[in-house]
Amino acid sequence: MLGNVRQGLPVERPVGQTAQRGEMRIVIIDDSGLRATVLEEGLREAGYDDIHIVPPRGAFVARLERMAPDVVLMDLGSPSRDTLEEMLTVSRALARPIAMFVDQSDEAMIGAAIDAGVSAYVVDGLRKERVKPVLELAVRRFNTFSRMQSELEEARTALADRKVVDRAKSILMNQRGLSEQDAYNLLRTSAMNQGKKIVDVAQALITASDLLGGGL
Amino acid sequence: MTTSLRIAFLPLNDVAVLAAARERGFAEDEGIALDLVRTTSWATLRDRLVYGQVQAAHMLAPLAVAVTLGLSQQPAALAAPFKLGVNGNMLVMARDFAAALDPDPARRLADPLGTAHDFAAAIGLWRRKPVIGVVHRFSSHALMLRYWLASAGIDPDRDVVLRVLPPSLTVEAIHAGEIDGFIAGEPWGGAAIASGRAEAVAIGERIWQRGVEKVLAFREPWLEENPDTVDRLLRALARAAAWCDEPDNREVLADILSHADYVDQPADLILGALGGRIVPRAGDAPLDCPNFVLFSREATPFPWRSQALWIYSQLLRWGMVEASPQAAAQAAAVFRPDVFRRALAGSDVPMPGASMKLEGALESPLAVGSRKGDLTLGPDRFFDGRVFDPERIEDYLTGFSQLR
Repeated sequence: MLGNVRQGLPVERPVGQTAQRGEMRIVIIDDSGLRATVLEEGLREAGYDDIHIVPPRGAFVARLERMAPDVVLMDLGSPSRDTLEEMLTVSRALARPIAMFVDQSDEAMIGAAIDAGVSAYVVDGLRKERVKPVLELAVRRFNTFSRMQSELEEARTALADRKVVDRAKSILMNQRGLSEQDAYNLLRTSAMNQGKKIVDVAQALITASDLLGGGL
Repeated sequence: MTTSLRIAFLPLNDVAVLAAARERGFAEDEGIALDLVRTTSWATLRDRLVYGQVQAAHMLAPLAVAVTLGLSQQPAALAAPFKLGVNGNMLVMARDFAAALDPDPARRLADPLGTAHDFAAAIGLWRRKPVIGVVHRFSSHALMLRYWLASAGIDPDRDVVLRVLPPSLTVEAIHAGEIDGFIAGEPWGGAAIASGRAEAVAIGERIWQRGVEKVLAFREPWLEENPDTVDRLLRALARAAAWCDEPDNREVLADILSHADYVDQPADLILGALGGRIVPRAGDAPLDCPNFVLFSREATPFPWRSQALWIYSQLLRWGMVEASPQAAAQAAAVFRPDVFRRALAGSDVPMPGASMKLEGALESPLAVGSRKGDLTLGPDRFFDGRVFDPERIEDYLTGFSQLR
């Protein structure tokens, strides 16, 4: 590793040269702009500033090679992991990448990383005490991101459900002359009796009404 | 008492046996609740298995050998007591590349050697190296593609670019012009053909008539510690495999596989490959390839140690591993005919008497020694007629040396 000659390019650096103290080049490979941003922010707050985001498209492998990162972070669910690993095998971008987890004995860390969907590749020779905080931070940020995603998803579903229930209510109000409250109570009672969700009963009612040509 | 098992898989037709075991109640009959975990890359499937997030995986046979030999990230001893299928791959190329080959796709498929030579002759006419997608360095697909290319003097590491990408991204990549062709398990080749962008160039079964493909892989210590669960699972899978091979069940099977939880592709596309009806070019009549994929007959699930050693021989051939008696022994030990025999001793599954055989020696079906039931092995020739003797790996490789 010491025998490499400096190439002198600003962004590129000699293959195999590991980071000096204080600097660590981290590349985040991610399709989702938001997740990558959430992670990058966290890393910057923690004092890392040599961070690059590369989407796994087109010639991303060549770009990564030129960057010669010390740590590569990637979503475990990304289908492009096989492509990245092949590149790690045939090129020397990461002098000798070691397994995705730094300390194989740290099973809790490994479990947390897989649960969070983080995979990491680290240049050989980088001390594990230096990498562990990066990985822990990535795990926390990935978890934050998926929480945000599921909250967003819930909010979207709730909104869509409400629209369905509202439409079913209007059908009942029109066809049976019920008040809004009575229409809702009828939907709720039917749902309870059938062991279904109100939105499912409402959807069934809308479908039936459409089929019968009585749509709103 | 019900045992829960998590098994990781990739969306491919040959997840059939696992899907049938779950959806048709074969696992439940053995007191097993199967949780099948859909995964989009082999790397993640491997990590989930190696780090114990799943108990087993639908794994490329060469990857199981590679992980055991420490060639693919964290080394771990894996054990494969059951093959999930034989054959099932197809090499397709973009239409302008296929135009350099025999215009009749049926003749192309029937003559892999001629097609390889046509392809070799055409390489010089293109202004760049052809880029061919493979699903993984350690896949049966990559090993067969290399074998096929080399038969015509093409050096797969020099004359073409092999690009790794997961099966589910192959069709998109050929559309985007990022690759000129790819070899993958179905339904992905079929999907590229149906889209009109690619044509069939070779099928796995015509390269090696009975080619080792996916295995059910466990961590070896887990397999040893849970013999009862493993045996029950294998019994369920053997029944599921027999169900999958039954032509009358294919439509139901294709329907199961088409669901978003499994392959998430149209059922008729999946059905074509299951039944060996291969459309080689959009608009053409399908060709009959009755051995396109096998799940049960001819003792397909039996893990012949000679097949693990064939994989090892190819890893040696392409310089992916250093030759050593220890590595050979480790590779052979990944396949576990002993566990297969133990699990299925009381069943009516025909049981080969031997654990190794010559690979590629059968030109026609052959009735072989079996501990019970009738067992006929199908023809298993390689298209170039070479025979692999697992006890003479060096000689076998010397035979290729003028090619590489």
